[in-house]
Amino acid sequence: MNNIMLIAISAILVNNFVLSQFLGICPFLGVSKKLDTALGMGGAVIFVMTISSCVTRAIYDLFLNPYGLGYLNTITFILIIASLVQFVEVVLKKFIPSLYKALGIYLPLITTNCAVLGAALINIDKNYNVLNSTLYGFFSGVGFTLALVLFAGVREKLEYSDIPESLKGLPISLIAASLVSMAFLGFKGLFGI
Amino acid sequence: MKAIKTLTNGILKENPVFRLVLGTCPTLAVTTSAKNGIGMGLATTAVLMGSNLVISLLRKVIPDKVRIPAYVTIISGFVTIIQMLLKAYLPDLDKALGIYIPLIVVNCIILARAEMFANKNNAILSIIDGIGMGIGFTVALLTIGTVRELLGAGTWFGITITKNLFDPALIMILPPGGFLVFGIIMGTINKFSSMNLTKNKSCSSCPLPCGAAGKGEVDEV
Repeated sequence: MNNIMLIAISAILVNNFVLSQFLGICPFLGVSKKLDTALGMGGAVIFVMTISSCVTRAIYDLFLNPYGLGYLNTITFILIIASLVQFVEVVLKKFIPSLYKALGIYLPLITTNCAVLGAALINIDKNYNVLNSTLYGFFSGVGFTLALVLFAGVREKLEYSDIPESLKGLPISLIAASLVSMAFLGFKGLFGI
Repeated sequence: MKAIKTLTNGILKENPVFRLVLGTCPTLAVTTSAKNGIGMGLATTAVLMGSNLVISLLRKVIPDKVRIPAYVTIISGFVTIIQMLLKAYLPDLDKALGIYIPLIVVNCIILARAEMFANKNNAILSIIDGIGMGIGFTVALLTIGTVRELLGAGTWFGITITKNLFDPALIMILPPGGFLVFGIIMGTINKFSSMNLTKNKSCSSCPLPCGAAGKGEVDEV
C-alpha cells in the first residue's frame, strides 16, 4: 500500500511527466487551449499509458530480457504502442461506442506521444515489476492530465490578456508553463522522493 | 543550387525548433548545459541523415498505407544504432541524456522530414535536408543550452565564466528555466523577424499524430 502511495505521489506531483520531465510537451502545448479537449486528451493518455506500460513491461520480461535482446526495447516498444493504439481504437469502437466517441479523435494522436514511450522506458530503467509498471503508467497519465487541465485554466485567462505582439501565441504559453512548472517545483522533496 | 537552398532552409527559414516548433520535448529536457545540447543535436542529426537516406531510397517500395509504421521502424533502427554507439564510446553523454536518446524515435522532426521531404525527393537531396535540419536543431539546442548554463551555473561547456559578475540562478537549469528561456528566445526571434510563423502554431506543421496537430481538428473541437 505504502509503495503504491509513493509511486502515485512521485508520478503525479514530484516528477510530473510534463512539468518536470518534459515528456509530452507537444500535446501539452497543442491541446490545452480548452478545458474539455484537455480532459479528453488526458483520458485517452491515461487509458493507453496504463495498458501499454503493463504490456511492454510484460513483453520485456517474458521475451526480450531472458534472451539477451534488451537492446531491442526501443524498436519493440514503439511497435507495440502503435499496434496497441490501433487495437484499443477498434475494440472501443465496437464494444464501448460512448467511450470511443469521447476519446476517439485523441487516440491516433497518442502513438507518437513521447510520454507513452517514455513511461515504458522509465519502467525498465527503474526495474518495476509488472504490477508497479502498470500503476506507474496509470499515475503518470493522471499527472499528465493534471498538468494539462491546470494549464488549460491558465491559457483561458491568457486569451483575454493584453500581451506584447511578439509574445502572442506560443512564447507566452511557454512563459506561463514556466510559472506552473515552478509551482510544481514546490513538491520536490515531498515524503523524501 | 537547389542543394544549397535545401541546406540553409533547415538552418534559418524553417528552423525546426524556433520556426516549425518540432521536437520540443528534447529541446527543453536536455538543454541544461551547452554540451548536452550539442550532444543531443548531433545524435538527432545522425538519425535524421540515416532515416532520410533510407526512406528516400525506399520511397517507391513502401506502400502508401503502411508508410508511417515503416518509417517508425526504420527510424527506431537508426536510434538503436546511435544509442549503442553512444553507450560504447561516450558513456558520460549517454548517461546525461538518459531516456531522451531512445525518445528520438518519437521526435516529430524526424517523422516530419520523412513525410514532408524524404518521400518526395531523391537520396542526395534528402541527406542534405537531414544535415540542414540537423544543424538547425543543433544550433537551437546549443543556443538554449548556452543561455541556461550561463545563467544557471555560470559556466559554458564547463568553463567558469561569470565568476565575479553575478551569482548563478539555479532555477535556470531546473525545468521552469527551460520553459522560460525557450519562450523568451522564441519571442525575441518573433520580434526581430518579419515572418511571424510561430504565432498560433504548435506542431501544426507536423503531418503526424505526435499529439497536438493531427489534421488541425483537435483545437477546434
